[in-house]
Amino acid sequence: MIEAEGLTKYYGPLPAIRDVTFTVERGEVVGFLGPNGAGKSTTMRILTCYMPPTTGVARIDGLDCFSRSLEVRERVGYLPESVPLYAELTVKGFLRFAAGAKGVEGKKLEGEVRRVTAICGLENVAHRIIGHLSKGFKQRVGLAQALLKNPSVLVLDEPTIGLDPAHIIEIRRLIEELREEHTILLSSHILPEVAQICQRVLIINKGQIVATDTPANLTRQLQKSAQIQLRVGGQAKELAPALENLGGVQKVSLVDTDPQKLFVETDRSGDLRPEIARLVVDKGIDLLELKLVDLSLEDIFIQLVTEEPSQEGAQS
Amino acid sequence: MKGFVSVYRKELYSLFALPVFYAVAFTFLVLAGYFFYSAVVYYNLLSFQASQDPMMARQMNLMEMVLRPFFFDLSIVLLLISPLLTMRLYAEERKTGTMELLLTYPLPDRSIILAKFAAVVSAFAVILAGTLPGIFLLDYLANPSWKAILCGYLGILLLGSSFMSLGVFTSSLTQNQIIAAVLSFGALLMLWVIGWAKSYVGSTMGEVIDYLSIVKHFDTFAKGILDSRDLLYYLIFIVFFLFLTLRQVATYRWRG
Repeated sequence: MIEAEGLTKYYGPLPAIRDVTFTVERGEVVGFLGPNGAGKSTTMRILTCYMPPTTGVARIDGLDCFSRSLEVRERVGYLPESVPLYAELTVKGFLRFAAGAKGVEGKKLEGEVRRVTAICGLENVAHRIIGHLSKGFKQRVGLAQALLKNPSVLVLDEPTIGLDPAHIIEIRRLIEELREEHTILLSSHILPEVAQICQRVLIINKGQIVATDTPANLTRQLQKSAQIQLRVGGQAKELAPALENLGGVQKVSLVDTDPQKLFVETDRSGDLRPEIARLVVDKGIDLLELKLVDLSLEDIFIQLVTEEPSQEGAQS
Repeated sequence: MKGFVSVYRKELYSLFALPVFYAVAFTFLVLAGYFFYSAVVYYNLLSFQASQDPMMARQMNLMEMVLRPFFFDLSIVLLLISPLLTMRLYAEERKTGTMELLLTYPLPDRSIILAKFAAVVSAFAVILAGTLPGIFLLDYLANPSWKAILCGYLGILLLGSSFMSLGVFTSSLTQNQIIAAVLSFGALLMLWVIGWAKSYVGSTMGEVIDYLSIVKHFDTFAKGILDSRDLLYYLIFIVFFLFLTLRQVATYRWRG
């Protein structure tokens, strides 16, 4: 549905993106992750025909974004990053204009405007001037205009940025509902959100795609070492050296006392949990808890994008 | 023209929703009223004198003495106000980022340009219509030729459209409305006074320059004469600048 082949875009001498290649299948919801300035918006602008790539080809529904721009634009609903809107128009006036501009005609126009107004929960502000609305409502107006004429592809650039948590949950729920009918490419800073909504994640850094997979697979692949968390009752100090002698264990660290909590770092050769359990029980120590600690998507993101300060990934 | 109507309606709505239009209309109409009043009062004074002097009475001409100066005065005010009407058309869309919406809707660039241009010309026509009551008053008091008057109005509308086509172009050059207005005003003033150079450049060049002078072509309209050469000048002028705008807008996509 969405194909990007070797997309490169230079702004003057600076490459914004280099050789970005990916595909999104029909009906997929794909998240686009990356630090600020990584090239998310540039890629999205190319896909929505706002600008052509310096080299490479972008296709939507098999149509080239450059040579068949008008047809592509018919099929794509786009929410630009900063949600630019005509501040002097009313919500309804703006949506009418957008519907007309997208080629919805005559009788259908009112119905279509009413449909997206209802989806985005804008009924109560329909007659207000956009410039007077709060950020959350503007975001919804932006989303509403993207949904007009029911495009098969939705490109949403940071749909939840700058919203309060209640609005974020609402927009997220909205996107969940939209996945039934649309192919969605969305960019975000908020990692749990991407993990929740998206079937697949593209991580982009410094203009290049550094990873692409399902959130679960990414976690598994990128975990260089597995961590096992252990909680025991009794003398853990004796346990630590014994654990270190176990094949495959790299490091044992004591984290907590009463109840004793240990982290065992192992290589990824195999699952050591049964052996550890046996060892603990053989020593006559009570085993209270034993679990594999998964790296969160945040940890992976930080690993891939090491330049980014850690708080950036942690905020959510 | 796909999408023309939607963009046209949106542009008109924006024009009427923002205060610039009202400031411009107010200024234009106050000045137009003053000019019209002066011209009529002066004509009135001369008429009294003419009633004593049969030689003078023969020279009295309503079109020549009231309407022609009135249209000329309007054209000067137009020079000042038309950059103010056109400056926001593209500059503001780029500044606020709404250009990104407009360019990703399935609209051909030419529909957008024509719609924006048509919207400012319509707004100007609305302002111009505000001067009509004076003309009706004149019709009540005297006996002017309506054909000549319509010709004058056509002239001022064409002159205004030409000014605005240049204004649309300068607006597409920059993100700053003030710069767009200054460029447009400067270019229009240059085209206005370019005829002055006629006296000291060569005869061939002089003719070219004389032809380029934007206000020279207006004179025939102001006199109440419809000359196809002048009509053509304005039409070519408008098409030329709208075409330049089309090329300029196409470069947005290239430069990103």
